[in-house]
Amino acid sequence: MIYRETGQFKTTYASDQQLFPILQDRVFVIAFLVFAFGVMPFIASEYMFRAILVPFLILSLAALGLNILVGYCGQVSLGTGGFMAVGAYAAYNFAVRVPDLNLLVVFILAGACATLVGVLFGVPSLRIKGFYLAVATLAAQFFIDWLFARVKWFTNDSSSGSVSAPPLAMFGHPIESPAQKYLFVLAIVVVFALIARNLTRGAVGRAWMATRDMDVAAEVIGIRPLTAKLSAFAVSSFFVGVSGALWAFVYLGSWEPLAFDVNRSFQLLFMVIIGGLGSILGSFLGAAFIVILPLALNQLPTKLGIGLSTAMISHIELMVFGSLIVFFLIVEPRGLARLWAIAKEKLRLWPFPH
Amino acid sequence: MTATARNLTFAFFALLVAGAVSPMVIGSARFPQWLEVALGGLLTGVLYSLVALGLVLIFKASGVFNFAQGAMVLFAALTLVRLMEKMPLAVALAATLAIMFALAWLIERLVLRPLVNQEGIVLFMATLGVANFLDGFGQAVWGSQIYTLNVGMPKEPKIILQGTFEGGVLVDMEDLVAAGIAAALVAALMLFFQKTATGRALRAVADDHQAAQSVGIPLNRMWVIVWSVAGLVALVAGVVWGSKLGVQFSLSQVALKALPVVMLGGFTSIPGAIVGGLIIGLGEKISEVYLGPAFGGGIENWFAYVLALVFLLFRPEGLFGEKIIDRV
Repeated sequence: MIYRETGQFKTTYASDQQLFPILQDRVFVIAFLVFAFGVMPFIASEYMFRAILVPFLILSLAALGLNILVGYCGQVSLGTGGFMAVGAYAAYNFAVRVPDLNLLVVFILAGACATLVGVLFGVPSLRIKGFYLAVATLAAQFFIDWLFARVKWFTNDSSSGSVSAPPLAMFGHPIESPAQKYLFVLAIVVVFALIARNLTRGAVGRAWMATRDMDVAAEVIGIRPLTAKLSAFAVSSFFVGVSGALWAFVYLGSWEPLAFDVNRSFQLLFMVIIGGLGSILGSFLGAAFIVILPLALNQLPTKLGIGLSTAMISHIELMVFGSLIVFFLIVEPRGLARLWAIAKEKLRLWPFPH
Repeated sequence: MTATARNLTFAFFALLVAGAVSPMVIGSARFPQWLEVALGGLLTGVLYSLVALGLVLIFKASGVFNFAQGAMVLFAALTLVRLMEKMPLAVALAATLAIMFALAWLIERLVLRPLVNQEGIVLFMATLGVANFLDGFGQAVWGSQIYTLNVGMPKEPKIILQGTFEGGVLVDMEDLVAAGIAAALVAALMLFFQKTATGRALRAVADDHQAAQSVGIPLNRMWVIVWSVAGLVALVAGVVWGSKLGVQFSLSQVALKALPVVMLGGFTSIPGAIVGGLIIGLGEKISEVYLGPAFGGGIENWFAYVLALVFLLFRPEGLFGEKIIDRV
């Protein structure tokens, strides 16, 4: 009754092709953004910002980038953690070596560096496919891990190998409080989500999806596999690089290469698959799920009053996490975004069954 | 096995053998040092093959890229080491094997059967979930300390062939025994796959699921069998790796060592897993000794992957993998 497009006539091409063609969707998205920007900073606690909202937003951005590569272009990558590390260390080096650079410029340059590295490691995708490619991207992951741990130039000759981000400021205003950090990250993520949404529904996105569905067929109808695959690697690595820089500068503050190891890559792949391959919304849902689940699992035994050793809790956490992954894959292999789509479909017909 | 790949492998090993024999022919008394390094590398490579073998078996029969193989190795080793505290070795081995078979049955029942006909990546993610579960479960039940596993493998390196060469050849006896075990296992698996009815059925399933099903081969039972065999391979790998490194959490990371091996050898070939393991082990050792100092050490983490990547650029399906044919 509430959610349906009856009576919403499209009289121009522009109105037919707009971002959210259904009025209720537009209202919902705008209301959600108003809530996120205007209400959330005042009601959320400091813990909420620090432990949930900021990591959720930054990892959503990384998942979004990975989803462009895996979900839209079908190139499975296990090197995401490495590309995040490239973004983080590039941002660090720009910030330290060029002191007066604007923070946004630093992040964009960091993304550009990650893009270069991503395209370089994307070149084998022209020859290697499927799981072979997935394992090949692990080469990127391990090589980058090693590079930042061993080559002292990247860490500015820091003796312990760990580096600290300079204090954050934009146009002279310091970004210090959790709420400010949250708003900063939120603004960046919203812009990137908009870019991703528009890229994927345009000609570029269609080329990616054709390549994903069958690359030989795509080639036959005139899509260049070189440009399609490498542009997917480029855009994806840019997103991932920026999110890596954000993760290091805004969330961690000081970090070492271990923050971006292979487990981060697997975590991001989990987000994309649980959320839904080839869906912008899915990247956010998946990130929310994976960020919140361990926190919930960690606190549950204490809340229930069961006394367990920390080692036991971490083992049980692993078990529950593993089983939930399998459970979600069995219930809905196409991810949480698919559940959302089914719910909307049902709502359109409601109260009638067909 | 394609002809080119076979010729390449032959040439490669002929070169090694020629290198080993040449000192005897030309009368030089010392065994060349690079060959000693190479020998050590080859023996380590066999250990990688042990893990890779489990991956290949499952991928061949069910098309699942089983990331949980490393977790299975850890789980098998943990189970064995804790059971050995209470019972003699033979009984503990049998009990562990039974547990691995039960595990295979559970995985087929609870994970694979509901996910039948899903895309490869979904199945891969499911095995990642299984790996997480097994890591947690094994440590929750059996504890998470470091255990020493002693099944009577020799520990000290030994100098052999002292009569032939001046100074002899230094060999790690543990690796040599492990290589022997691996060879026996591969021979047994080959016999099983080539000579028994079940083995034939498994090969049929590997070739074509639908065709196999249409001639009356029960897919589900075949999957239980192949996961059981993978469990057996995991147990052997767990024994070998466990007595080498001690049974601890890092054992589940040996899967990461096996990935470049299967990539190089081809996901669908058992000989590929062996040859791939040998090449990776050899390359890793030689690079560690001769390239390592130039790079500042620690390159063994990525060298295997880059080596495999270079091979793949020339043969995208790995050395012995099935030729990938694209049709629209």
